[in-house]
Amino acid sequence: MERPLTENIRSDGQPVGIEEYEKLGGYQATRKALGGMSPQEITAAVKNADLRGRGGAGFPTGIKWSFIPMGDAARHPKYLVCNADEMEPGTFKDRLLLEGNPHQLIEGMIVSGYALEADLAYIFLRAEYTLAAKRLGQAIAEAYAKGYLGRRILGSDYSLDLRLHLSAGRYICGEETALLNALEGKRAIPRAKPPHPQTSGLWGKPTIVNNVETLSNVPHIVDRGAEWFKSLSHTDCGGTKIYGVSGRVKRPGLWELPMGTPAREIIDLHAGGMRNGYGFRGVIPGGASTEFLLEEHLDVRMDFDSLPKAGSRLGTGTMIVLDDKTCPVGMVLSLETFFARESCGWCTPCREGLRWVVQIIDAIEKGEGAGEDLDILEGQCRLLAPGHTFCALAPGAVEPLQSALKYFREDFERHIKEKGCPWR
Amino acid sequence: MLTEGERREIEEEIAKSERKRAASVEVLKIVQKRRGWVPDDLDELAATLDMTPDELDAVATFYSLVFRKPVGRHVILICDSVSCWVMEYESMREHLSERLGIGMGGTSTDGMFTLLPVACLGACDRAPVMMVDEVLYTNLTTEKIDGILEAYRRGNM
Repeated sequence: MERPLTENIRSDGQPVGIEEYEKLGGYQATRKALGGMSPQEITAAVKNADLRGRGGAGFPTGIKWSFIPMGDAARHPKYLVCNADEMEPGTFKDRLLLEGNPHQLIEGMIVSGYALEADLAYIFLRAEYTLAAKRLGQAIAEAYAKGYLGRRILGSDYSLDLRLHLSAGRYICGEETALLNALEGKRAIPRAKPPHPQTSGLWGKPTIVNNVETLSNVPHIVDRGAEWFKSLSHTDCGGTKIYGVSGRVKRPGLWELPMGTPAREIIDLHAGGMRNGYGFRGVIPGGASTEFLLEEHLDVRMDFDSLPKAGSRLGTGTMIVLDDKTCPVGMVLSLETFFARESCGWCTPCREGLRWVVQIIDAIEKGEGAGEDLDILEGQCRLLAPGHTFCALAPGAVEPLQSALKYFREDFERHIKEKGCPWR
Repeated sequence: MLTEGERREIEEEIAKSERKRAASVEVLKIVQKRRGWVPDDLDELAATLDMTPDELDAVATFYSLVFRKPVGRHVILICDSVSCWVMEYESMREHLSERLGIGMGGTSTDGMFTLLPVACLGACDRAPVMMVDEVLYTNLTTEKIDGILEAYRRGNM
């Protein structure tokens, strides 16, 4: 089984340095792209590879790129931004790529930047990733020193500058238009769309925002081709996926596996199944803003097209397991507390609705719930659905809630009836 | 009033930025690094960035890691997101509160520690986790927390 993204990541915890990266075939894709491929050929390869965005939404990367104005029609500077604001609860995959192989990401940005005719690139990194910040800073300096970044890269006509932006907290910064506001030095609230960043992004200029894992795949696609990339996957979404499991399993961790690996295989085989003394109750398959799945769903393939058929989403592909000794109401309270706190406050349904949701679940968990509370929660799930809010934060927040109300309804009702949490 | 050192570091940061106000987060962090927090009066700082004090305040009040009141010598950020919550976050928070004699947002009376919640730290396979200043601590237990606090108290960290 091939693991292009992670096979070179060292087991001693040290990052792959530039010389080691080059020895392993690194920066060959840069030579190939800048030496003989047109930007359109690269975008076509990414499109044909069926690479879909790994930040959670799964939008086809090549299609996203094709919306950016090219050639004489484009206004400059054009921007490429790497979203490294990994903060979706339960998600820890980009940390591995950032800390383990920073040059792979940098090369992905050079090749992608060339395909987009970008002049300037940013890595938007969350402040708490201090080790990644140090390693990226060093790797960027190394790449400049060797002529992979800066003026006329490797003697070609292409120039690209790359800057590292360290943020200062707040989940909403990972929303791509909020991220652009943050980069501009404004309060990081989302922008109205349209216009989309591809045509009017950073300072109103054409901008592409891609996730760390997405960009890290690009050098491999350029190096080995779209057909090879598609062959890595079990399904129609190309490539591998870095899957993760946290919660009370025997071996929590991350594994790069073929896209479309079934959930059961990841939990039972790779994560070793449940810890002794704990049973499986449910799982959130792709970070906090995805719907719960139950035992009966576990044969589902973990990809962007299969999970919706089981009533959830791939999201970030990092699963959070609920065991049978943990209160589902308490778990949902933790999730909604996060979303309510991280709401940027810009639009009313999210700011007020999520706070209300937290108050109700908190009351239920404490044994102060009333019969109509579950109806109010269901009502909020409808009111905070897509289309009612400015961005995807609140719709994401109600995904685990509405599925919990469906699958763990008895647990909610017991809290209300017994006037307390049965697990405490 | 900005000190000479602050002013120099701020000007260097602004020079590196595409536009002046794009440096605002970094500039706030420069002040915070030296003073521990970002004071209320932002007039001078805002002028350096070609922003109004209100515009800069809108940025400063937004970020969870820009502190608008004094904090302890070390800031403890404990992850309260879902994976850590499943893995006994509540016991860890209670233990920290008891040991430090403070609740969330509080600073211990000796001025050593401020305790704050933080969104998922992206180390969910090693939950529960917390950061002290810039260092991540994983697979926490109450004993481990005692050792960490002790090390900071002795000035070994």
